[in-house]
Amino acid sequence: MRLRKITEPVFERLIKICGYSSGFIVLLIVIFLFKEGISFFNLSPVDEGSMLWVHNSNSVQELDAAQIKDIFDQKINNWQTVGGKDLPIRLFTLDEVGKAFTAEQLGPKFEYLPKCIDSYMDSLPGAIGFFPEKQTAGLLKSAKAVEVDKVSFSSFISDTEWFPTSRPAARMGIMPLLLGTLLVSFFAILIALPLGLAASIYLAEIADERVRKILKPVIELLAGIPSVVYGFFGLVVIVPFVQNAFNLPVGETALAGSIVLAIMALPTIITVSEDALRTTPRAMKEASLALGASKWQTIRKVIVPYAASGITAAAILGIGRAIGETMAALMVTGNSAIMPHSLLQPVRTIPATIAAELGEAPFGGLHFKALFALGCILFIITLIINLLVERVSAKRR
Amino acid sequence: MSNKIETIDVNLHYGDFHALKDISLGIPENSVTALIGPSGCGKSTYLRLFNRMNDLIPETRITGKVLLDGENIYKIKANKIDALRRNVGMVFQKPNPFPKSIFENVAYGLRVNGITDKSFIEGQVEKTLHQAALWDEVKDKLKKSAFELSGGQQQRLCIARALAIEPSIILMDEPASALDPISTGKIEDLIFELKAQYTIVIVTHNMQQAGRVSDYTGFFYLGSLIEFGKTRKIFTNPSKQETENYISGRFG
Repeated sequence: MRLRKITEPVFERLIKICGYSSGFIVLLIVIFLFKEGISFFNLSPVDEGSMLWVHNSNSVQELDAAQIKDIFDQKINNWQTVGGKDLPIRLFTLDEVGKAFTAEQLGPKFEYLPKCIDSYMDSLPGAIGFFPEKQTAGLLKSAKAVEVDKVSFSSFISDTEWFPTSRPAARMGIMPLLLGTLLVSFFAILIALPLGLAASIYLAEIADERVRKILKPVIELLAGIPSVVYGFFGLVVIVPFVQNAFNLPVGETALAGSIVLAIMALPTIITVSEDALRTTPRAMKEASLALGASKWQTIRKVIVPYAASGITAAAILGIGRAIGETMAALMVTGNSAIMPHSLLQPVRTIPATIAAELGEAPFGGLHFKALFALGCILFIITLIINLLVERVSAKRR
Repeated sequence: MSNKIETIDVNLHYGDFHALKDISLGIPENSVTALIGPSGCGKSTYLRLFNRMNDLIPETRITGKVLLDGENIYKIKANKIDALRRNVGMVFQKPNPFPKSIFENVAYGLRVNGITDKSFIEGQVEKTLHQAALWDEVKDKLKKSAFELSGGQQQRLCIARALAIEPSIILMDEPASALDPISTGKIEDLIFELKAQYTIVIVTHNMQQAGRVSDYTGFFYLGSLIEFGKTRKIFTNPSKQETENYISGRFG
């Protein structure tokens, strides 16, 4: 009796601590994610420690990441295109300076390098160069630094190009990834929801007990298969199927991704909605049948409406699985970060991008932080979906 | 008075369990018949024979005849079962309205039977809500969810729902067991009024209730029908010892 007086409050406190700490951990994850993600904005897309220089007489003051990439890809050849004078653009690299001057002129420890750059630059009014800050800042008289637009939230969202490793300026537009994710998930759920609902109705109401006893555990087992295995299955079965069916050059497309994700989401959708359907009280079913309703009318008008909130929950879980799925999406969608125009085209999803690129992004760098910002976007999308569905199902009740 | 329902040598098994044993009984038309007996005696199972609700329970075997207006309802085609159930309304032990509005609950039976005429449905809903003595309480909130009603109101709604498709028989499986005394009184008044038009079979645990509302009473015990007769006779002068023991409260 006395022992219980001591142990019970201890257990109560322990459970309380567990509750608080798990809540706290979730909060910490969110805070950490957003701290890294938000610090990405207002960074310069140009590599840290480097600067872009143009000739003093050039009237161009500012360039954005897209313009810089086009200039260095030689898609833009004239300063007029970016708001300057009619003058051909001359790309200008450190190598060139090294070749144009003798070792003596450069100095034994390259101490005269800035001077050499300066005089070389002076002779090229259309030049643009990309140099380490250390060797140029404050040392060039013939050239001026170009202001580079910082990465803003709006450009991050609306820019349609994702070239995070492009130099001198990275292009961080998540539009293609965002659309890729939404496209693949939307069609995945479009396939999985009707199939899953039909299967769960079959299991809950139509299948006889023997069939159910075999089928239900098998379906539950499917939920436990690692996503890499689904990816393999997709690569070997779905991808060639899509390729042949639509006569495509490659089968790794948004459609293949949708099908694989739909298959992955199915077990969750089936199990959760079947459980919901089975919670319909027997009395409710009997009341409907006793009024002369057929089995199908009873399913459609009483059982499914009664289980609506559970079915919505199943749909959320399915969407969550599809949007967040990384490995399988990485394996079968083709991974090209271009704006998707059709289902029969390779796309790249946000989670696949994070998984594929995080390994090569230098820790703490621009690219690294961009991936965290992507993570934040993913988090926000799933949050919005959850809140939306929550409201819809609350309204129904 | 002729018999609306008649069972001849009915046996029912749930798997290995022999739930009804050789039951032969005639239920008179336009009267109230009460089925009494201790829990598990088979009275609810017997009631559920008449609209083939036992079919829903797996591993049920039924032998013998159940005649409704002279026709064996266990010999009809599977697609006629819906029609049978339209003719035999049922009110369950616990109020079980659908998760729909009050109006839609009553209209449900009409809609599933293919009636789309809006004014007919509206008329039928109002009429049966009047019959169930619920109209005055719900007329301003027909669009509200049926779950907002009290337990007694919900049960009267379920009665209105059963009446809306105009059955000729109403089965009531302990319709007042989950209700307070005032609601119970209302349901009993209702049963009294309905018997002019309907044949009512009611299963009840409550001896006084059986005495108050019924014309005939059948006493079930361990799956057998022990005694059947006019309610007054069963309650005042039963011919079997078991009946007397049960009615006087010695067991059950």
